[in-house]
Formats: sequence, C-alpha cells, structure tokens
Amino acid sequence: MKWLLVAITVVATALSDLLQSYELKRAGEQSVSARGIARLAAMVVRRRYLILSIVCLAFSFFAFMALVQSQPLSFAVPASAASFILETIAAKLLLHEQVGPRRAAGTLLVLGGIVLLAR
Amino acid sequence: MDQPRTARTYLLVLLFIGLRGFGNLLLAFGTKHLPAVLGVHPAAYLQAMLDPAVAAGIAMLIFSLFTRMALLSLADLSFVLPVTAVGYVLAAILGKVFLHEEVTAVRWLAAFLIFAGVAVVGSTPQNTTKEARAE
Repeated sequence: MKWLLVAITVVATALSDLLQSYELKRAGEQSVSARGIARLAAMVVRRRYLILSIVCLAFSFFAFMALVQSQPLSFAVPASAASFILETIAAKLLLHEQVGPRRAAGTLLVLGGIVLLAR
Repeated sequence: MDQPRTARTYLLVLLFIGLRGFGNLLLAFGTKHLPAVLGVHPAAYLQAMLDPAVAAGIAMLIFSLFTRMALLSLADLSFVLPVTAVGYVLAAILGKVFLHEEVTAVRWLAAFLIFAGVAVVGSTPQNTTKEARAE
C-alpha cells in the first residue's frame, strides 16, 4: 500500500507539473500579489490544461495525505520526489527545455540526496 | 535574464519552500492525530479537512501552489524542480524538530548533496525555452 501511494503521488505530480509548466510559459509572467492570485485562479478555470493539472494534483494530494498519515514525514516527502527523473526527461523532450551537462549533473546530485534522505 | 526578474524568481523559490514545508508539517501533524485511518473513502478525507491543523496545512499548500505557478511562469520546470528541492531538507529538519523523527548522519549527507546540486543548477540559466527567448 505504501509504494502504491508513492506511485500515485509521483505519476500524478509529474503530469500536473508538466501541464502547469507548459500552460504557464504560454501565459507569460505571473505574480503572487492579491491581484496576481486572482488572475491565476481565473486562469485555472479558463485553461483546460490547467484544469487537468489541478485534477492530477488532487489525486497526488489525496494519495500524499494517506501516505503522510502512515509514514514519517521525512520518508513521505523525499519519496514523493521520485518524479524528478521522469519530469526532467519530459521537460527536455516535451517542453524543449535545455538540460545541459551542468543542469543534468546538479539534478543528479539532488536526486542522489533525495535517495539517501528516503533511506 | 535581468536582475529584478532573477530576484523575483528566488523570492518566489523561498516563499514556495517555506509554505510547502510548513504546510506539509501541519498536514502530517494533523493527519497523525486523526482518530480514523485515511483509506479510499472520500468522506474520511473531507472529515480530515475539518481538523484545524489539516485545514491550515491545506491553506498553506494552496498558497504554495499559486506561488509555484508564478514561479513556473518565470523559470524552466527543470530549473524549478532541483532548486526547490531544498524543501526536502527542510522537511527532514521540521520532522526532527516538531515531530521528533530520527535524522541520521546519512540524512545530513543527503542534505549536503541536495545543497550542492541546487548550487550547480542555480548557476544555469533559469529559462531556456522559446517563449523566454522571444521576450
């Protein structure tokens, strides 16, 4: 059950992040002032990829909530970061971000840290 | 990328890490004190949301979602992911301080690796997509 909850959290988070990143890059620069949040909230209900990203996020959130109830916070949070590799590869292939050697090396260091943290 | 935009990006990174860290802490604290185990029944989750700590945690996580959305409008996903990973270290620290979870030497080594990785990724351009270059 523990790993099923981790899997749901990871896959749903990856999908949500990819959809959000794609749509928000198209939308242009946003802020978190009161007006900025209202604008973001309005954008969420207008753009279908953002709606879909929130649905994925809801699945991820409820799976995480069940995970964090039964497991230590210091396991649940790093374990849910297993989406790292999936998302970085998808960012390069689907979002056409430039993941050069330096960014790839840094990401691998972070991933190594997360794996150790989850032990 | 211009300086104010870079400063805004890192300000949003800090805000996101803080909100997510303390939001998760409140969520963990609240759910661990619930009388029922959360399963597949939606009613249990709705009931859980009535707990003050869970509700406060969710409110912080919703605000962190908007912060992250603003962040993703400024920077690459492959930049945001590792840079905000400092939050995993914060989760371990908050777990130790507030929930009395064990943090071993291996976890401190993990924290060092995450910081090193973040420093390396932080030295790369924040936004490399066509949309950014077109500005």
